[in-house]
Amino acid sequence: MKNYSMFDVIGPRMIGPSSSHTAGAARLSKAARKIGGEEIKQVSFYLHGSFAKTYKGHGTDRALVAGILGMEPNDENLRYAMEIALEKGIEFEFIEADLGDVHPNTVKIIMKGISGKTTEVIGSSVGGGNIRVFKINGLDVEFTGEYPTLLVRHIDKPGAIAKISLILSEYGINIAFMRVFRQSKGKDAFMIIETDNKINEEVIDKTKALGEDFISVYLIDAL
Amino acid sequence: MSFEFNNGRECIELCKQHDKQIWEVMLERESFISGKEKSEIENYMMGNLQIMKSAVRKGLFEEVKSVSGLVGGDAKKLRERYESQKTLSGYRMNKAVASAMAVLEVNAAMGQIVAAPTAGSSGILPGVLLSVAEAFELSDEEAVKGLITASAIGYIITRNATVAGAEGGCQAETGAAAAMTAAAIVELMGGSPQQAFHAAAITIKNILGLVCDPIAGLVEAPCVKRNAIGAANALISADLALAGVESIIPFDEVVEAMYRVGRAMPCELRETALGGLAATPTGLEIQKRIFGDKKE
Repeated sequence: MKNYSMFDVIGPRMIGPSSSHTAGAARLSKAARKIGGEEIKQVSFYLHGSFAKTYKGHGTDRALVAGILGMEPNDENLRYAMEIALEKGIEFEFIEADLGDVHPNTVKIIMKGISGKTTEVIGSSVGGGNIRVFKINGLDVEFTGEYPTLLVRHIDKPGAIAKISLILSEYGINIAFMRVFRQSKGKDAFMIIETDNKINEEVIDKTKALGEDFISVYLIDAL
Repeated sequence: MSFEFNNGRECIELCKQHDKQIWEVMLERESFISGKEKSEIENYMMGNLQIMKSAVRKGLFEEVKSVSGLVGGDAKKLRERYESQKTLSGYRMNKAVASAMAVLEVNAAMGQIVAAPTAGSSGILPGVLLSVAEAFELSDEEAVKGLITASAIGYIITRNATVAGAEGGCQAETGAAAAMTAAAIVELMGGSPQQAFHAAAITIKNILGLVCDPIAGLVEAPCVKRNAIGAANALISADLALAGVESIIPFDEVVEAMYRVGRAMPCELRETALGGLAATPTGLEIQKRIFGDKKE
């Protein structure tokens, strides 16, 4: 059972009206932006279930755009996110969609970055501002953002996990959960590492410097 | 020393054993599980208190309107009345109720709030606590203690039942908020841990079975008014407990009963907007106005 903190009860600090439809939505798209790894030029949000039905009334649309802009769920400017995005020349659209047998508050985010690269992230807002990301670029993954999370996209080869865990141990970072997801043997894979300790930029830089088998590294901060 | 407790009985036991109040036991526990200094935890809670204060102020004095246009401005209406004339339930009650509504209106208008324990029930604790602190000239440091006491009650309910309307109805959501609040103000007024838990138990008993039926599925109506009544419930229950009135059913059993009642509720009455007020002709008409015909 989760060991509840007093700040799980009195918290989070957030912009209303709904922790699942507003705060969770903002966190989902903020995580997506991190995974995109660059400034976003164009983004499409495919809204499923309750997100599709009630997004306007809950400000889910503004929250999603706010996350793409990098705003925190408690940013007072969240409600003006759409205007701010338009000013910055960021295009966005909302499409109601059936994403299949998934949580009622699920969104598929397809982003185009300034380099022209496209990234696709699917995740759900599962209540209380908590999220679950379960697909990146068509690859099955799984993380909640409850812990500082390191996402490493790499080539599935022997020794890859050891190299990363060595860096973490050098910095005294304890791994709480770790999972590896791959398309097929020897191909594109994701390592998802949730830690008890904060992960600093040095760790990210060292991981990035490991060589060409390590395609990209992203850090998702805890709530 | 872990100061871990899983229910009200164990919390009261720890208070007795160490001659501490609920907030002190909860603070020890938090420090142990997070590895943080107590001062750091109190400072963060102080930050939450300040956000709560601004939300109350904003809702009481500014023109707020929800995104859908359904709610906003009622807290201000109430304030204008209690400031200018005699009210039936008195200045303090009216102020606490208006403050609770203020926070919910700010929440619905996409302003900043602190979930306590949820966004939909975020008005009750700040509304009552801040009005009581003002009336009895309590410092912000004292009010932070109240928030910590409240968090202990909320933690126990979260752990053993639920605070989510989708799971347990409004009784779980605003019920938990009001119970947390009642315990906090009892302790701030010098009541014992037992009295604080009696107040929390009485509060939940008063609204056992309350359904969650938001119009159009939005955290607006009847949420704002349910926060108003939650604030009144907390104040009355606290007064009962401080007078020595006890809950015949112990707190832990009340929480269990609340959970069982929640599970027995049909899904139409658990935040789906398919039953209760949401399914009335007027509720449905409002839903249509906001979302058009596409919502089935």
